[in-house]
Amino acid sequence: MQRIGDSPGMRRLLIGMAVGLTALFLLLPLVAIFAQAFAKGLGTFWGNITDHYTLAAIGLTLFITALTIPVNLVFGVMLAWLVTRFQFPGRRLLQTLIDIPFAISPVVAGLIYLLLYGRNGWIGGWLDAHDIQLMFAWPGILMVTIFVTCPFVARELIPLMQAQGSREEEAAVTLGASGFTLFRRVTLPNIRWALLYGVILTNARAVGEFGAVSVVSGSIRGETNTLPLQVELLYQDYNTVGAFASAALLALIALFTLAAKAGLEWRASRREASA
Amino acid sequence: MSIHLENIAKHYGRGGQHQALAPLDLDIRQGELIGLLGPSGSGKTTLLRIIAGLEAPDRQPKGRILFGERDVTHLHVRDRRIGFVFQHYALFRHMTVYDNVAFGLTVMPRRQRPPGSEIRARVHRLLEMVQLEQLANRYPAQLSGGQQQRVSLARSLALRPDVLLLDEPFGALDAKVRQELRRWLRHLHDELNFTSVFVTHDQEEALELSDRVVVMSDGRIEQIDTPEALYRAPSNRFVFEFLGDVNQLEGEVRDGVLTCGDARLDVELPDGPRNLLLRPHEVALEAEPSEAAHLPVSVTAISPVGAEVRVELAADWLPGPWLATVRHADFERLALTRGQRLFAHPRHWHRFTAASHSECHATAPMAG
Amino acid sequence: MKASAFSLGLPKARQRVLPGFGLSLGISLTFVSLVLLLPLTGLVGQLSGLSWGEYWAIITEGRVVASYLTTISAAAAGALVNAVFGLLMAWVLVRYDFPGKRLLDALMDLPFALPTAVAGITLATLYSSNGWMGQVLAPLGVEVAYTWVGIALAMAFTSIPFVVRTVQPVLEDLPGEVDEAAMTLGARDGVAFRRVLLPHLWPALVTGTGLAFVRSLGEFGAVIFIAGNMPYETEITSLMIFVKLQEYDYVGASAIASVVLATSLLLLLAINLWQGRFIRRLHGGSA
Repeated sequence: MQRIGDSPGMRRLLIGMAVGLTALFLLLPLVAIFAQAFAKGLGTFWGNITDHYTLAAIGLTLFITALTIPVNLVFGVMLAWLVTRFQFPGRRLLQTLIDIPFAISPVVAGLIYLLLYGRNGWIGGWLDAHDIQLMFAWPGILMVTIFVTCPFVARELIPLMQAQGSREEEAAVTLGASGFTLFRRVTLPNIRWALLYGVILTNARAVGEFGAVSVVSGSIRGETNTLPLQVELLYQDYNTVGAFASAALLALIALFTLAAKAGLEWRASRREASA
Repeated sequence: MSIHLENIAKHYGRGGQHQALAPLDLDIRQGELIGLLGPSGSGKTTLLRIIAGLEAPDRQPKGRILFGERDVTHLHVRDRRIGFVFQHYALFRHMTVYDNVAFGLTVMPRRQRPPGSEIRARVHRLLEMVQLEQLANRYPAQLSGGQQQRVSLARSLALRPDVLLLDEPFGALDAKVRQELRRWLRHLHDELNFTSVFVTHDQEEALELSDRVVVMSDGRIEQIDTPEALYRAPSNRFVFEFLGDVNQLEGEVRDGVLTCGDARLDVELPDGPRNLLLRPHEVALEAEPSEAAHLPVSVTAISPVGAEVRVELAADWLPGPWLATVRHADFERLALTRGQRLFAHPRHWHRFTAASHSECHATAPMAG
Repeated sequence: MKASAFSLGLPKARQRVLPGFGLSLGISLTFVSLVLLLPLTGLVGQLSGLSWGEYWAIITEGRVVASYLTTISAAAAGALVNAVFGLLMAWVLVRYDFPGKRLLDALMDLPFALPTAVAGITLATLYSSNGWMGQVLAPLGVEVAYTWVGIALAMAFTSIPFVVRTVQPVLEDLPGEVDEAAMTLGARDGVAFRRVLLPHLWPALVTGTGLAFVRSLGEFGAVIFIAGNMPYETEITSLMIFVKLQEYDYVGASAIASVVLATSLLLLLAINLWQGRFIRRLHGGSA
């Protein structure tokens, strides 16, 4: 079949431009991260990674991520189940609402949490009176992280579950399955890859969130500094190699995310081809 | 403009293992309306697309495509001066009906492009011809399937092509619209006198519309003939079976009598196993057997809709059900009901030797 | 949370076949209210203490207005660059087969997967006067780091996937017949692309570019490192909010944030409405 733009000259030109520009704008930065991180050798890199404050930042980031994922997993599955399996008034509105975090600038997201739960906010004031501090402490970081990552799981699941329809689940109900058994035995096997990808995206964003977290963290070294904030701190201290060592860790997670996406897509296309 | 194909073949897939067209020749005369008929996968669409230049034929063997005296084998589709009508219309959704029809004229290189006033006049003439002038400012999505296909036709005619190619043009339309458009295409073809080739898998459509029909299967041309010749003298079993309903009679011939279970039929054939084919209208039904034929059957279904009554027959000596068409008068005379036991009387039968494609043993008159 | 409380207003006659309506509705509504909606009240509360005059004074202060202009112009430039780059990438990834295509495809998502702060320090380092790119560009008189160009570059980088990923599926779904119809009517490649293919891709292209623009308006992490952050010159609005917060000027931060928030939401709404109108025309209904 012939298509527009299929002449060999046009092909070569466009592919050349695409590869060249991608190498310049995407690949080069990626290479630069690792080049900087290892600029002073493997030993320095290792020293930077195992630095006391960096380790604390890694620990906090992992802790926050480990709490964020299950919360968003439950919410995402519940919301997807609700909007794809039932008709009720306000269904469209609910679907629009979960996109709010995508529309809000991360700094603004941090700000609205700070306003509410900070010392001057109407909840924060009450909390302060009871000696509970959420902002400039890990609970605040957790809250904004949940906020910015909450659409990911639901956004992966809703289109898939919509396309699959509820016939299989209805059949299972007629066969006597109910409640959690129904979900585990019938729904879960169909959505597990989308669920996994939603979790991977949540993970990537939770680990890497900067704008919102920097507003509510207070950046106390060794206490409320997440890994991205540690990157910023080291960079501002003119410790470029140290900053890039931490950045390289974050870049590795990003690469893992890309690989996982490519792998899942490859798997889906293979299943489509064999079906 | 005549079309001449010579040694055209097409292979697909890695290393070309899948054959879409075996090397073939085809001659289409100026002004003919030709139907390419065959089941899906027979290569008819591939052949049409090769004529259009949308697919390239194999380089080996070296084939040639001529439009009149012009060798177009290596010419790009956009330079072949053909009109092409797609099964799913392929109208440009973002353009109005008018802009769709005008498209070919407005994209011509500036030097060859007719002036705006002439383009307008020509488009309006075309829209008038397809009876859609009042819908000129609509978008394709606002039209019915039949209307869209008419727009598509007008669009393909705007450049006054020498050759009009249509790929299952009525395939996506419902029966009534299809009938209407067929008649209308025939009329258009006769009036404008271009050479047309259309692809279809519908025998009725091919036989009704074409001057000649090219029957294809498995990437080969099985027969090229006028509809009458094709139906009366199919050159092989494939063509015979593809052009209509077929009843089969298998049995052993000994001393001029074919037997199969308790069925028996006099035939003038040498001894041995034989396979006879009959069209539904070649099967008569009677209450009694005759000297020459003793073929007991029972009625399993009756469909009295149409000019003739279609009767489905079964018997334990038959491998599959038979279909017979009976005049309404006979239907009433025999008082046919489901489950009734009768005798079939072949008026004609056909036989093809399995080995050869071209050999044909035409009908033999029988009692009836 | 009791499920029955939520089903009160719903028609009772309709039997729900599948289980879990009450539970999923309860959890979803609780979550949406507490996590998404409740915090917005903080912003409203903070702003309600302001008179219109005070509000207007804050959001039209010279330095803030300069930051709007910087942000909007850089975001627009970044989005336009992405429109061209994204269209090219989508075209190449859909229409051609070549070695390394999968890798190229996977790389398109890098800006979403890479933490913005990492992108920020990397771009700043690359384009600073002694960075790999900076060294090449400096002799040509092109300064990127700590200028408006750097802001636009960082914004373009973080929003690369938007255009590619919105145009790609539309291009994939475009039937080959559209190309063929244009070719049988004699159209050359350039004309056919401009008059036939581009109009089909237009809604996706505009949507993707719009989303890239909105995202760039709010971008923070990737930009601040390369921006230079000079008042009146290379300061973006997100940074203004951040600066106000560090000065404990919560009211000022809230006022500016409300402008950013309202702009983003209005733009997204506009994109949605525009898209709906376009799709209706192409898929039937009255024009």
